[in-house]
Amino acid sequence: MRRLLGSHHGGLVLLVLAILLMPLGFPNSFYFDVAINVGIAAIVCIGLNLLIGYAGQISLGHAGFFGIGAYASAILTSTHGWPPLLALLAGILLSGGIAFAVARPILALKGHYLAMATLGLGIIISIVLSQEVALTGGPDGMPVDPLTLFGFEISGTWSWYWLVGGTLVLVTWLALNLVDSPIGRALRAVHSSEIAARVCGVDTTAYKVLVFVVSAVIASLAGSLFAHFSGWLTPDEADFLRSIQFVTMVVLGGMASTFGAIVGAALLTALPQFLTVFQNYEHVMLGLVMVLTMIFMPRGLVPTLALRFFGDRS
Amino acid sequence: MTEFFQFLFSGLTVGAIYALIALGFSLIYNASHLINFAQGEFVMIGGMATVFFAAAGIELPLAAVLAVLLAVVVAVAIERLGIAPAKGTSAVGLIIITIGAAILIRGLAGIVWDRNFHSLPPISGEEPLVIMGATLLPQSLWIFGVTAVIALLLWFFFAKTLWGKAMMATAYNPLAAQLVGIDTRKVVLVSFALAGALGALAGVLITPLAPTHFQVGVMLGLKGFAAAIVGGLGSGLGAIVGGLVIGIAEAMAAGYLSSAYKDAVAFVIILLFLVLWPSGLFGLRGIERV
Repeated sequence: MRRLLGSHHGGLVLLVLAILLMPLGFPNSFYFDVAINVGIAAIVCIGLNLLIGYAGQISLGHAGFFGIGAYASAILTSTHGWPPLLALLAGILLSGGIAFAVARPILALKGHYLAMATLGLGIIISIVLSQEVALTGGPDGMPVDPLTLFGFEISGTWSWYWLVGGTLVLVTWLALNLVDSPIGRALRAVHSSEIAARVCGVDTTAYKVLVFVVSAVIASLAGSLFAHFSGWLTPDEADFLRSIQFVTMVVLGGMASTFGAIVGAALLTALPQFLTVFQNYEHVMLGLVMVLTMIFMPRGLVPTLALRFFGDRS
Repeated sequence: MTEFFQFLFSGLTVGAIYALIALGFSLIYNASHLINFAQGEFVMIGGMATVFFAAAGIELPLAAVLAVLLAVVVAVAIERLGIAPAKGTSAVGLIIITIGAAILIRGLAGIVWDRNFHSLPPISGEEPLVIMGATLLPQSLWIFGVTAVIALLLWFFFAKTLWGKAMMATAYNPLAAQLVGIDTRKVVLVSFALAGALGALAGVLITPLAPTHFQVGVMLGLKGFAAAIVGGLGSGLGAIVGGLVIGIAEAMAAGYLSSAYKDAVAFVIILLFLVLWPSGLFGLRGIERV
């Protein structure tokens, strides 16, 4: 077990096993719905964790990129009749392009200033999405066509489950490889001391821009999937609270832990669905989770538990 | 021209409110180099608590005082229960704690009070003054007056009193301040209390003009933060000028360009400032030591 969890591939195998075996315990399609939503949130969080956990750069606006992907898919397929895959790629290009354009000036900022800049960016995106009524349907939202891939329509919970599960595994695998590559080491160097990293010859700006764009693209991909899955899209999906939820998932699961991001996403997505207390007091619970995690478990769930059970090797 | 003055008056009014909120950000930032994302919730508490205390039969002025006191208690609680135990947490961690506290307070307000919009009667009537053909509500005059008095009081506090000087010393160099016997923990606590009071006061004053709601603190807080950055984080004069700049820009954009994008104006300004002029109008340029 220890060796399995310790190595990255072991973790990946566990993830695949969990995705394969979980449906055996699902009594009805509601559980599939929750699992699919968990998967979508987890995809965003894995990307966001590369930025927050590994590179140490906060973003309070990632729901904006999620929203761009979602609305690109919704508008291009439903209004303009594009094939969904092309629309998804267009969303990725748009998110990646915006992220690339703003990354240099924004990521030159630190701490509170960076938080404020990303927050401002996210809010501007969400305001545009809710005000361009002719394009997006405004606050009431808009319908989204079902997803078709290579002529097959993805419908029904089973096919969505496998699609999202497969994407999650793929994104996890990419993230693990990225973290283990020279890029990953450079990012961690940026996290511990940007100036020391620069002195050692790491082009810190280039790496920060790269990871920002990668995380935006991943969020956009998840947004596109979400739009097709839910069939109805509102600007709430891109708003400030959604950005905060993503950050909370990353922090709760554990910064700089890819599997932590998945656990965080799973807990914060599934708990409100299953516990009515959580549903009625959503704000209170979310706030409490954020404050208590940072005070008592600043490293997050997965790294803290890993430390307790397996010694210092998370 | 009438139109212009109308927009200017409404811009100055919200601007003064943003200034009060920005002053709270700057006070806490000076004492602890922390951005308190729960600042907007103090504004919400100011408005909502006054409404509900008044509904419980307490006279309006007393209800407003109690609301301000409640915000002070909440602010102190955030510092004691949220910030102090997390000593040594990273900047990102502290940001998350204050955002978490803000969401928690918002959630509690929605449960303890309700999720409807509420208003308060203006302090001295609704008979507007007409200046250059534009109307100015008496409530706006109250807002200008109170903001000006607060600015003077804060200036006096920081320039003339021992407590104020202790807070300034902590802002410049916390370690050196401790060495000369300043209890920096108390300084941080006082700064939170003051920020809570200022935020709640802004809430009491703005509620007659813009109805309050349990989620009203999000935007007000963020715009107050934008004002603080435009003016230069930590600068009192900057907070006031920044507030007025954001308020006027917003009102002009809403009037002349598009009211739909009114809320985006503050964030566009903030992005421009952060990128081009991060130290703000009156802020000190930060030098990072390695």
